[in-house]
Amino acid sequence: MEVKADLTLDLKGLLCPMPVVKINQAIKNVPIGGIIEAYATDPGVMADIPAWCRSTGNELVTMEKQDKVIRFVVRRLK
Amino acid sequence: MALEQVAEAAAMHSEREVPNRLSMVVFSGDMDRLMAAFIIATGAAASGMDVTMFFTFWGLQAIKKQTPTGRSLFGRMLGVFLKDINGVGPSKMNFGGLGRWMFKKMMKAHNVTSLPELRQLAAELGVRMLACQMSMEVMEIRREDLIDEVQDVVGVATLPRGGFAFEDHAVHLKPLARTLSLL
Repeated sequence: MEVKADLTLDLKGLLCPMPVVKINQAIKNVPIGGIIEAYATDPGVMADIPAWCRSTGNELVTMEKQDKVIRFVVRRLK
Repeated sequence: MALEQVAEAAAMHSEREVPNRLSMVVFSGDMDRLMAAFIIATGAAASGMDVTMFFTFWGLQAIKKQTPTGRSLFGRMLGVFLKDINGVGPSKMNFGGLGRWMFKKMMKAHNVTSLPELRQLAAELGVRMLACQMSMEVMEIRREDLIDEVQDVVGVATLPRGGFAFEDHAVHLKPLARTLSLL
């Protein structure tokens, strides 16, 4: 199922810790239940974004890697 | 996979009783160690943790202005060698500043956030930066020699319990496991 994103983030080229810092800033700009779609190139986000979701209590809807770009979708839960 | 096991263990651990708090003792003035300390601090703060960094001894260079320090002869001599955050070099391969220059160039080429930017980010994310009263006394560094982002000059009792020391060996495992799940 495709969901419509409230906010799209371009995190390409950013390295640790910036993807986590940016998603943390961005989540405040969407309502609870809102969706953020992001694109990153740092392979570290494959581990970091799921961990960030666990720590902050938000939901990782999907994460997939195509070539060098990682696309992930996060839903704000609180 | 080992990484998954660590993450799983950390997740289980966090469900039990770990307070959502991270305290670090930063007592190195080496560029590489300070990078690690500020990356952990910003990553943890961005994950909703309450983060405290306690700077002592050489670590004070990370929160010092580039001003001459010291009152006594020895104090002023020491002041000549103390750097600010832009002047600190790597723990290995500094070669009198050449290594610092090389690492800065390489980090920039790879688009890694610089040390001063990380410190600024830490302040914006609400990381509490504290300076050690005792080592400031010994090294003859005054409050005015430190950047404004430093919240307080304190002693050891102020540092919240459960912190871990950020140097080669002294690492308490519980907060580290918690940290690994964040970074």
